[in-house]
Amino acid sequence: MISVHNLHKSFGKLKVLDNVSINLEPGNVVALIGPNGSGKTTFIRSILGMVKPEQGSILYDGEEILNAWKYRKNIGYMPQLAKFPERIQIKELLDMMKDIRNNNNTDHIDEELIELFDLKKIYHKRTGTLSGGTKQKVSAALTFLFNPKVLILDEPTTGLDPVSAEILKNKITKEQAKGKLVLITSHILSDIEEVASHVMYLHEGKLEFVKSIEQLKMETKEISLNKAIVKIMQQKNK
Amino acid sequence: MRRILKYVMFDILRNRFVIGYCLFIMLITFGLLSLEEGSSKSTLSLLNIVLLVVPLISIVFATIHFYNSYEFMELLLSQPVRRSTILYSEYFGVSCSLSVAFAIGMGVPLIFLNQGLVSIYLLLSGIVLTFVFVSIALLGAVNSKDKARGIGTSLLLWFFFTAIYDGLVLLILFSFSDYPIEKYLLAFISLNPIDLARVAILLQMDTAVLMGYTGAVFSEFFNSWEGLLFSSGLLLLWAILPMLLTVRIFKRKDL
Repeated sequence: MISVHNLHKSFGKLKVLDNVSINLEPGNVVALIGPNGSGKTTFIRSILGMVKPEQGSILYDGEEILNAWKYRKNIGYMPQLAKFPERIQIKELLDMMKDIRNNNNTDHIDEELIELFDLKKIYHKRTGTLSGGTKQKVSAALTFLFNPKVLILDEPTTGLDPVSAEILKNKITKEQAKGKLVLITSHILSDIEEVASHVMYLHEGKLEFVKSIEQLKMETKEISLNKAIVKIMQQKNK
Repeated sequence: MRRILKYVMFDILRNRFVIGYCLFIMLITFGLLSLEEGSSKSTLSLLNIVLLVVPLISIVFATIHFYNSYEFMELLLSQPVRRSTILYSEYFGVSCSLSVAFAIGMGVPLIFLNQGLVSIYLLLSGIVLTFVFVSIALLGAVNSKDKARGIGTSLLLWFFFTAIYDGLVLLILFSFSDYPIEKYLLAFISLNPIDLARVAILLQMDTAVLMGYTGAVFSEFFNSWEGLLFSSGLLLLWAILPMLLTVRIFKRKDL
Protein backbone atom coordinates (compact mmCIF):
# COMPACT_ATOMS: atom_id res chain seq x y z
CA MET A 1 0.00 0.00 0.00
CA ILE A 2 2.77 2.37 0.98
CA SER A 3 6.24 1.51 -0.21
CA VAL A 4 9.31 3.45 0.67
CA HIS A 5 12.52 3.04 -1.33
CA ASN A 6 15.97 4.15 -0.19
CA LEU A 7 14.76 7.22 1.62
CA HIS A 8 17.45 9.74 2.62
CA LYS A 9 16.98 12.94 4.55
CA SER A 10 19.34 15.14 6.48
CA PHE A 11 18.91 18.42 8.30
CA GLY A 12 22.20 20.22 7.82
CA LYS A 13 24.94 17.76 8.68
CA LEU A 14 22.67 15.53 10.71
CA LYS A 15 21.51 12.44 8.87
CA VAL A 16 17.97 11.85 10.02
CA LEU A 17 16.95 9.12 7.61
CA ASP A 18 19.60 6.92 6.06
CA ASN A 19 18.52 4.59 3.28
CA VAL A 20 15.17 3.50 4.69
CA SER A 21 13.17 1.02 2.62
CA ILE A 22 9.98 -0.70 3.70
CA ASN A 23 6.66 -1.98 2.41
CA LEU A 24 3.61 -1.29 4.51
CA GLU A 25 0.60 -3.50 3.79
CA PRO A 26 -3.08 -3.07 4.71
CA GLY A 27 -4.42 -4.97 7.71
CA ASN A 28 -1.23 -4.43 9.69
CA VAL A 29 -0.57 -2.28 12.69
CA VAL A 30 3.06 -1.32 12.36
CA ALA A 31 4.74 0.13 15.40
CA LEU A 32 7.61 2.47 14.66
CA ILE A 33 10.01 2.47 17.57
CA GLY A 34 13.45 3.77 18.29
CA PRO A 35 15.27 6.11 20.70
CA ASN A 36 14.61 9.86 20.72
CA GLY A 37 15.89 11.54 17.62
CA SER A 38 16.06 8.34 15.60
CA GLY A 39 13.98 9.82 12.79
CA LYS A 40 10.52 8.44 13.57
CA THR A 41 8.62 11.69 13.16
CA THR A 42 10.65 12.67 10.09
CA PHE A 43 9.77 9.33 8.52
CA ILE A 44 6.08 9.93 9.19
CA ARG A 45 6.17 13.48 7.93
CA SER A 46 7.91 12.33 4.75
CA ILE A 47 5.00 10.01 4.05
CA LEU A 48 2.65 12.95 4.51
CA GLY A 49 4.72 15.10 2.16
CA MET A 50 5.55 17.67 4.84
CA VAL A 51 9.22 16.82 4.73
CA LYS A 52 10.80 16.56 1.30
CA PRO A 53 13.32 13.71 1.04
CA GLU A 54 16.66 14.27 -0.67
CA GLN A 55 16.81 10.87 -2.27
CA GLY A 56 14.55 7.91 -2.65
CA SER A 57 10.87 7.64 -3.31
CA ILE A 58 7.63 6.98 -1.51
CA LEU A 59 4.80 5.33 -3.40
CA TYR A 60 1.19 5.23 -2.37
CA ASP A 61 -0.65 2.48 -4.27
CA GLY A 62 2.17 2.58 -6.81
CA GLU A 63 2.14 6.33 -7.32
CA GLU A 64 4.89 8.71 -6.35
CA ILE A 65 3.74 11.10 -3.63
CA LEU A 66 6.31 13.86 -4.15
CA ASN A 67 4.32 17.00 -5.03
CA ALA A 68 1.12 14.95 -5.14
CA TRP A 69 -1.69 15.80 -2.77
CA LYS A 70 -4.81 13.79 -3.58
CA TYR A 71 -3.48 10.65 -1.89
CA ARG A 72 -3.76 12.44 1.45
CA LYS A 73 -7.51 11.96 1.41
CA ASN A 74 -6.77 8.34 2.29
CA ILE A 75 -4.64 9.25 5.29
CA GLY A 76 -5.61 10.27 8.78
CA TYR A 77 -2.75 11.86 10.67
CA MET A 78 -2.57 12.47 14.38
CA PRO A 79 0.49 14.61 15.16
CA GLN A 80 2.58 14.37 18.31
CA LEU A 81 1.26 17.71 19.52
CA ALA A 82 -2.18 18.71 18.33
CA LYS A 83 -2.24 22.24 16.99
CA PHE A 84 -5.46 23.95 16.00
CA PRO A 85 -6.42 27.51 15.13
CA GLU A 86 -7.04 28.97 18.57
CA ARG A 87 -10.09 31.13 18.18
CA ILE A 88 -12.35 28.45 16.81
CA GLN A 89 -14.78 26.12 18.57
CA ILE A 90 -14.46 22.34 18.44
CA LYS A 91 -17.64 22.02 16.43
CA GLU A 92 -16.52 24.68 13.98
CA LEU A 93 -13.19 22.91 13.63
CA LEU A 94 -14.83 19.59 12.79
CA ASP A 95 -17.29 21.22 10.38
CA MET A 96 -14.46 23.14 8.75
CA MET A 97 -12.44 19.98 8.17
CA LYS A 98 -15.50 18.24 6.71
CA ASP A 99 -16.01 21.21 4.42
CA ILE A 100 -12.38 21.35 3.33
CA ARG A 101 -12.32 17.63 2.67
CA ASN A 102 -15.53 18.19 0.72
CA ASN A 103 -17.00 15.31 2.62
CA ASN A 104 -20.60 15.97 3.37
CA ASN A 105 -21.45 12.42 2.50
CA THR A 106 -22.39 11.18 5.96
CA ASP A 107 -21.83 7.46 5.19
CA HIS A 108 -18.09 7.94 5.25
CA ILE A 109 -18.01 9.92 8.45
CA ASP A 110 -16.98 7.99 11.53
CA GLU A 111 -18.02 9.79 14.67
CA GLU A 112 -17.46 6.91 17.06
CA LEU A 113 -14.58 8.58 18.89
CA ILE A 114 -16.54 11.82 19.25
CA GLU A 115 -19.23 9.81 21.05
CA LEU A 116 -16.83 7.75 23.14
CA PHE A 117 -14.76 10.76 24.22
CA ASP A 118 -17.98 12.66 24.92
CA LEU A 119 -16.79 15.61 22.87
CA LYS A 120 -20.30 16.84 22.06
CA LYS A 121 -20.56 18.12 25.62
CA ILE A 122 -17.72 20.57 24.98
CA TYR A 123 -18.52 21.29 21.33
CA HIS A 124 -18.70 25.02 21.97
CA LYS A 125 -15.42 25.39 23.77
CA ARG A 126 -12.69 27.18 21.89
CA THR A 127 -9.73 24.99 21.02
CA GLY A 128 -7.33 27.51 22.56
CA THR A 129 -8.82 26.92 26.00
CA LEU A 130 -8.54 23.12 25.95
CA SER A 131 -6.13 21.11 28.09
CA GLY A 132 -3.39 19.08 26.40
CA GLY A 133 -5.24 15.79 26.89
CA THR A 134 -8.52 17.13 25.53
CA LYS A 135 -6.70 18.48 22.50
CA GLN A 136 -5.31 15.00 21.92
CA LYS A 137 -8.84 13.61 22.08
CA VAL A 138 -10.08 16.13 19.52
CA SER A 139 -7.07 15.35 17.37
CA ALA A 140 -7.76 11.60 17.58
CA ALA A 141 -11.44 12.11 16.75
CA LEU A 142 -10.45 14.22 13.75
CA THR A 143 -7.98 11.57 12.57
CA PHE A 144 -10.59 8.82 12.48
CA LEU A 145 -13.43 11.10 11.32
CA PHE A 146 -13.07 10.53 7.58
CA ASN A 147 -12.66 6.78 7.77
CA PRO A 148 -9.27 6.88 6.01
CA LYS A 149 -7.55 3.75 4.70
CA VAL A 150 -4.30 4.63 6.40
CA LEU A 151 -3.95 5.88 9.97
CA ILE A 152 -0.73 7.51 11.07
CA LEU A 153 -0.53 8.11 14.79
CA ASP A 154 2.46 9.86 16.31
CA GLU A 155 2.58 9.02 20.02
CA PRO A 156 -1.21 8.99 20.29
CA THR A 157 -1.52 7.94 23.92
CA THR A 158 0.70 10.58 25.50
CA GLY A 159 -1.37 12.97 27.54
CA LEU A 160 -4.44 10.77 27.49
CA ASP A 161 -5.91 9.43 30.72
CA PRO A 162 -5.99 5.60 31.06
CA VAL A 163 -9.68 5.34 30.12
CA SER A 164 -9.26 7.41 26.96
CA ALA A 165 -6.06 5.60 26.03
CA GLU A 166 -7.97 2.32 26.31
CA ILE A 167 -10.75 3.67 24.08
CA LEU A 168 -8.20 4.71 21.49
CA LYS A 169 -6.42 1.36 21.55
CA ASN A 170 -9.70 -0.49 21.09
CA LYS A 171 -10.50 1.76 18.17
CA ILE A 172 -7.15 1.00 16.56
CA THR A 173 -7.73 -2.76 16.84
CA LYS A 174 -11.20 -2.34 15.42
CA GLU A 175 -9.91 -0.41 12.41
CA GLN A 176 -7.20 -2.99 11.82
CA ALA A 177 -9.88 -5.66 11.60
CA LYS A 178 -11.47 -3.63 8.78
CA GLY A 179 -8.26 -4.06 6.81
CA LYS A 180 -6.70 -0.67 7.41
CA LEU A 181 -3.05 0.11 7.69
CA VAL A 182 -2.03 1.72 10.95
CA LEU A 183 1.39 3.23 11.52
CA ILE A 184 1.99 4.13 15.14
CA THR A 185 4.91 5.45 17.14
CA SER A 186 5.13 5.22 20.89
CA HIS A 187 7.62 4.84 23.66
CA ILE A 188 5.13 2.90 25.74
CA LEU A 189 5.95 -0.64 24.70
CA SER A 190 3.07 -2.19 26.62
CA ASP A 191 0.67 -0.12 24.49
CA ILE A 192 2.41 -1.31 21.37
CA GLU A 193 2.28 -4.92 22.47
CA GLU A 194 -1.49 -4.61 22.80
CA VAL A 195 -2.21 -3.17 19.38
CA ALA A 196 0.68 -3.79 17.00
CA SER A 197 1.22 -6.69 14.64
CA HIS A 198 4.68 -5.63 13.46
CA VAL A 199 7.56 -3.62 14.82
CA MET A 200 9.94 -1.52 12.75
CA TYR A 201 12.99 -0.34 14.59
CA LEU A 202 14.81 2.84 13.63
CA HIS A 203 18.22 3.67 15.03
CA GLU A 204 20.05 6.86 14.06
CA GLY A 205 18.06 7.04 10.86
CA LYS A 206 18.74 3.46 9.82
CA LEU A 207 16.02 0.87 9.67
CA GLU A 208 17.43 -1.96 11.79
CA PHE A 209 14.66 -4.53 11.33
CA VAL A 210 10.99 -5.11 10.60
CA LYS A 211 9.53 -8.12 12.32
CA SER A 212 6.22 -9.40 13.57
CA ILE A 213 5.83 -9.40 17.31
CA GLU A 214 5.67 -13.19 17.58
CA GLN A 215 8.83 -13.54 15.57
CA LEU A 216 10.60 -11.05 17.84
CA LYS A 217 9.56 -12.85 20.97
CA MET A 218 10.61 -16.20 19.54
CA GLU A 219 14.00 -15.02 18.43
CA THR A 220 14.81 -13.44 21.78
CA LYS A 221 13.05 -16.15 23.79
CA GLU A 222 11.26 -13.54 25.87
CA ILE A 223 7.58 -13.41 26.84
CA SER A 224 7.09 -9.65 26.86
CA LEU A 225 7.85 -7.23 24.05
CA ASN A 226 9.46 -4.92 26.54
CA LYS A 227 12.15 -7.43 27.47
CA ALA A 228 12.62 -8.54 23.89
CA ILE A 229 13.31 -4.99 22.74
CA VAL A 230 15.63 -4.24 25.63
CA LYS A 231 17.57 -7.41 24.83
CA ILE A 232 17.94 -6.38 21.21
CA MET A 233 19.03 -2.87 22.12
CA GLN A 234 21.68 -4.24 24.49
CA GLN A 235 22.97 -6.63 21.83
CA LYS A 236 23.26 -3.72 19.43
CA ASN A 237 25.32 -1.75 21.91
CA LYS A 238 27.86 -4.54 22.42
CA MET B 1 -9.21 27.21 -2.96
CA ARG B 2 -12.56 28.95 -2.39
CA ARG B 3 -13.25 26.97 0.75
CA ILE B 4 -9.93 27.73 2.38
CA LEU B 5 -10.13 31.37 1.31
CA LYS B 6 -13.47 31.52 3.08
CA TYR B 7 -11.93 30.38 6.36
CA VAL B 8 -9.02 32.80 6.07
CA MET B 9 -11.41 35.72 5.53
CA PHE B 10 -13.62 34.47 8.34
CA ASP B 11 -10.64 34.42 10.68
CA ILE B 12 -9.58 37.95 9.69
CA LEU B 13 -13.05 39.41 10.15
CA ARG B 14 -13.26 37.77 13.53
CA ASN B 15 -10.30 39.59 15.01
CA ARG B 16 -11.79 43.00 14.18
CA PHE B 17 -8.48 44.62 13.29
CA VAL B 18 -9.60 45.17 9.73
CA ILE B 19 -12.76 46.95 10.82
CA GLY B 20 -10.68 49.22 13.04
CA TYR B 21 -8.34 49.92 10.13
CA CYS B 22 -11.29 50.87 7.93
CA LEU B 23 -12.69 53.26 10.54
CA PHE B 24 -9.25 54.76 11.14
CA ILE B 25 -8.74 55.55 7.45
CA MET B 26 -12.26 56.92 7.19
CA LEU B 27 -11.79 59.21 10.18
CA ILE B 28 -8.49 60.58 8.89
CA THR B 29 -9.83 61.09 5.38
CA PHE B 30 -12.92 62.91 6.61
CA GLY B 31 -10.77 64.99 8.92
CA LEU B 32 -8.25 65.99 6.27
CA LEU B 33 -10.86 66.74 3.65
CA SER B 34 -12.93 68.95 5.93
CA LEU B 35 -9.95 70.68 7.55
CA GLU B 36 -8.27 71.88 4.41
CA GLU B 37 -10.55 73.39 1.86
CA GLY B 38 -8.06 73.54 -1.01
CA SER B 39 -8.38 70.17 -2.65
CA SER B 40 -4.75 69.78 -3.75
CA LYS B 41 -3.40 70.37 -0.25
CA SER B 42 -5.65 67.73 1.29
CA THR B 43 -4.95 65.40 -1.59
CA LEU B 44 -1.26 65.64 -0.79
CA SER B 45 -1.96 64.61 2.80
CA LEU B 46 -4.11 61.75 1.60
CA LEU B 47 -1.34 60.75 -0.75
CA ASN B 48 1.00 60.42 2.21
CA ILE B 49 -1.46 58.11 3.92
CA VAL B 50 -1.69 55.96 0.83
CA LEU B 51 2.07 55.84 0.44
CA LEU B 52 3.09 55.39 4.08
CA VAL B 53 0.25 54.00 6.19
CA VAL B 54 -1.20 51.54 3.70
CA PRO B 55 2.11 49.75 2.98
CA LEU B 56 3.00 49.70 6.67
CA ILE B 57 -0.31 48.21 7.81
CA SER B 58 -0.34 45.75 4.91
CA ILE B 59 3.16 44.43 5.44
CA VAL B 60 2.93 44.15 9.23
CA PHE B 61 -0.57 42.71 9.34
CA ALA B 62 0.18 40.15 6.62
CA THR B 63 3.37 39.03 8.39
CA ILE B 64 1.70 38.65 11.77
CA HIS B 65 -1.29 36.91 10.27
CA PHE B 66 0.97 34.44 8.47
CA TYR B 67 2.69 33.44 11.70
CA ASN B 68 -0.58 33.27 13.60
CA SER B 69 -2.08 30.96 10.98
CA TYR B 70 0.81 28.55 11.18
CA GLU B 71 -1.26 26.06 13.16
CA PHE B 72 -4.04 26.26 10.63
CA MET B 73 -1.58 25.70 7.80
CA GLU B 74 -0.03 22.71 9.56
CA LEU B 75 -3.46 21.22 10.01
CA LEU B 76 -4.21 21.72 6.32
CA LEU B 77 -0.92 20.24 5.18
CA SER B 78 -1.93 16.77 6.32
CA GLN B 79 -5.19 17.11 4.40
CA PRO B 80 -5.72 16.58 0.67
CA VAL B 81 -4.92 20.19 -0.17
CA ARG B 82 -2.19 21.63 -2.40
CA ARG B 83 0.48 23.65 -0.67
CA SER B 84 0.07 26.43 -3.20
CA THR B 85 -3.68 26.57 -2.47
CA ILE B 86 -2.94 27.18 1.18
CA LEU B 87 -0.58 30.04 0.40
CA TYR B 88 -2.72 31.67 -2.29
CA SER B 89 -5.70 31.58 0.06
CA GLU B 90 -3.64 33.34 2.66
CA TYR B 91 -2.50 35.94 0.11
CA PHE B 92 -5.92 36.72 -1.33
CA GLY B 93 -7.63 36.47 2.04
CA VAL B 94 -5.37 39.06 3.64
CA SER B 95 -4.98 41.43 0.70
CA CYS B 96 -8.64 41.39 -0.30
CA SER B 97 -9.89 42.11 3.20
CA LEU B 98 -7.30 44.86 3.73
CA SER B 99 -8.00 46.52 0.39
CA VAL B 100 -11.76 46.37 0.85
CA ALA B 101 -11.30 48.00 4.26
CA PHE B 102 -9.11 50.67 2.69
CA ALA B 103 -11.43 51.25 -0.28
CA ILE B 104 -14.42 51.76 1.99
CA GLY B 105 -12.46 53.82 4.50
CA MET B 106 -11.07 56.25 1.97
CA GLY B 107 -13.66 55.87 -0.78
CA VAL B 108 -16.75 56.92 1.15
CA PRO B 109 -15.38 60.32 2.27
CA LEU B 110 -13.92 60.93 -1.20
CA ILE B 111 -17.26 60.34 -2.88
CA PHE B 112 -18.87 62.93 -0.63
CA LEU B 113 -16.16 65.55 -0.45
CA ASN B 114 -13.72 65.23 -3.31
CA GLN B 115 -14.88 63.65 -6.52
CA GLY B 116 -12.47 63.56 -9.41
CA LEU B 117 -9.84 61.68 -11.32
CA VAL B 118 -7.19 62.16 -8.65
CA SER B 119 -9.42 60.47 -6.06
CA ILE B 120 -9.78 57.44 -8.29
CA TYR B 121 -6.00 57.32 -8.71
CA LEU B 122 -5.57 57.51 -4.95
CA LEU B 123 -7.97 54.63 -4.35
CA LEU B 124 -6.49 52.43 -7.06
CA SER B 125 -2.91 53.02 -5.88
CA GLY B 126 -3.91 52.20 -2.31
CA ILE B 127 -5.48 48.93 -3.39
CA VAL B 128 -2.55 47.91 -5.58
CA LEU B 129 -0.04 48.87 -2.89
CA THR B 130 -1.94 46.65 -0.43
CA PHE B 131 -1.51 43.67 -2.75
CA VAL B 132 2.15 44.56 -3.37
CA PHE B 133 3.05 44.75 0.29
CA VAL B 134 1.11 41.66 1.33
CA SER B 135 3.02 39.83 -1.37
CA ILE B 136 6.36 41.18 -0.10
CA ALA B 137 5.37 40.35 3.48
CA LEU B 138 4.69 36.71 2.63
CA LEU B 139 8.02 36.41 0.88
CA GLY B 140 9.74 37.63 4.05
CA ALA B 141 7.65 35.46 6.35
CA VAL B 142 8.10 32.21 4.45
CA ASN B 143 11.86 32.65 4.70
CA SER B 144 12.13 32.84 8.45
CA LYS B 145 10.65 30.55 11.03
CA ASP B 146 11.11 33.01 13.85
CA LYS B 147 8.24 35.42 14.31
CA ALA B 148 10.25 38.30 15.75
CA ARG B 149 12.77 38.10 12.92
CA GLY B 150 9.99 37.94 10.38
CA ILE B 151 8.28 41.06 11.69
CA GLY B 152 11.64 42.82 11.92
CA THR B 153 12.35 41.98 8.29
CA SER B 154 8.99 43.29 7.18
CA LEU B 155 9.47 46.59 9.04
CA LEU B 156 12.90 46.95 7.54
CA LEU B 157 11.53 46.32 4.04
CA TRP B 158 8.85 48.95 4.60
CA PHE B 159 11.48 51.42 5.78
CA PHE B 160 13.65 50.58 2.80
CA PHE B 161 10.93 51.29 0.27
CA THR B 162 9.62 54.44 1.95
CA ALA B 163 12.85 56.13 3.04
CA ILE B 164 16.17 54.44 2.31
CA TYR B 165 15.48 53.92 -1.37
CA ASP B 166 14.62 57.59 -1.91
CA GLY B 167 17.76 58.57 -0.06
CA LEU B 168 19.83 56.47 -2.42
CA VAL B 169 18.10 57.94 -5.44
CA LEU B 170 18.73 61.46 -4.14
CA LEU B 171 22.37 60.64 -3.55
CA ILE B 172 22.75 59.47 -7.13
CA LEU B 173 20.89 62.53 -8.32
CA PHE B 174 23.32 64.79 -6.49
CA SER B 175 26.45 62.99 -7.59
CA PHE B 176 25.46 63.03 -11.24
CA SER B 177 23.65 66.35 -11.31
CA ASP B 178 25.80 67.55 -14.18
CA TYR B 179 24.56 64.82 -16.49
CA PRO B 180 21.14 64.34 -18.07
CA ILE B 181 20.01 61.38 -15.99
CA GLU B 182 16.22 61.83 -16.12
CA LYS B 183 15.77 58.63 -18.06
CA TYR B 184 17.82 56.64 -15.59
CA LEU B 185 15.89 58.22 -12.77
CA LEU B 186 12.77 56.92 -14.41
CA ALA B 187 14.25 53.43 -14.31
CA PHE B 188 15.18 53.81 -10.63
CA ILE B 189 11.70 54.92 -9.74
CA SER B 190 10.21 51.96 -11.57
CA LEU B 191 12.00 49.63 -9.19
CA ASN B 192 10.17 50.98 -6.16
CA PRO B 193 6.40 50.42 -5.98
CA ILE B 194 5.88 53.36 -3.63
CA ASP B 195 7.72 55.77 -5.94
CA LEU B 196 5.77 54.51 -8.90
CA ALA B 197 2.48 55.21 -7.16
CA ARG B 198 3.71 58.59 -5.93
CA VAL B 199 4.84 59.86 -9.32
CA ALA B 200 1.72 58.56 -11.04
CA ILE B 201 -0.51 60.48 -8.63
CA LEU B 202 1.57 63.65 -8.37
CA LEU B 203 1.49 64.07 -12.10
CA GLN B 204 -2.29 64.11 -12.02
CA MET B 205 -2.18 67.17 -9.79
CA ASP B 206 -1.37 70.80 -10.56
CA THR B 207 1.74 70.57 -8.41
CA ALA B 208 3.51 68.62 -11.16
CA VAL B 209 4.51 71.99 -12.61
CA LEU B 210 6.75 72.54 -9.63
CA MET B 211 8.87 69.56 -10.51
CA GLY B 212 10.79 71.45 -13.18
CA TYR B 213 12.49 69.76 -16.08
CA THR B 214 12.36 66.32 -14.47
CA GLY B 215 8.68 66.83 -13.92
CA ALA B 216 8.25 67.64 -17.57
CA VAL B 217 10.05 64.45 -18.61
CA PHE B 218 7.94 62.37 -16.24
CA SER B 219 4.78 64.16 -17.13
CA GLU B 220 5.33 63.48 -20.78
CA PHE B 221 5.96 59.84 -20.02
CA PHE B 222 3.40 59.04 -17.34
CA ASN B 223 0.54 60.99 -18.80
CA SER B 224 0.68 59.12 -22.06
CA TRP B 225 -1.18 55.86 -22.44
CA GLU B 226 2.05 53.91 -22.67
CA GLY B 227 3.29 55.49 -19.47
CA LEU B 228 0.12 54.64 -17.61
CA LEU B 229 0.19 51.10 -18.92
CA PHE B 230 3.87 50.81 -18.05
CA SER B 231 3.50 52.01 -14.47
CA SER B 232 0.41 49.96 -13.69
CA GLY B 233 2.00 46.94 -15.33
CA LEU B 234 5.07 47.32 -13.14
CA LEU B 235 2.95 47.70 -10.03
CA LEU B 236 1.09 44.51 -10.92
CA LEU B 237 4.41 42.75 -11.38
CA TRP B 238 5.34 43.88 -7.90
CA ALA B 239 2.18 42.25 -6.61
CA ILE B 240 2.67 39.02 -8.54
CA LEU B 241 6.39 38.24 -8.65
CA PRO B 242 7.18 38.11 -4.91
CA MET B 243 4.12 35.91 -4.45
CA LEU B 244 5.20 33.47 -7.17
CA LEU B 245 8.62 33.28 -5.58
CA THR B 246 7.02 32.69 -2.18
CA VAL B 247 4.96 29.78 -3.51
CA ARG B 248 8.05 28.28 -5.10
CA ILE B 249 9.95 28.42 -1.81
CA PHE B 250 6.98 27.19 0.22
CA LYS B 251 6.49 24.17 -2.04
CA ARG B 252 10.03 22.95 -1.46
CA LYS B 253 10.22 23.66 2.21
CA ASP B 254 10.23 21.09 5.01
CA LEU B 255 7.40 21.90 7.35
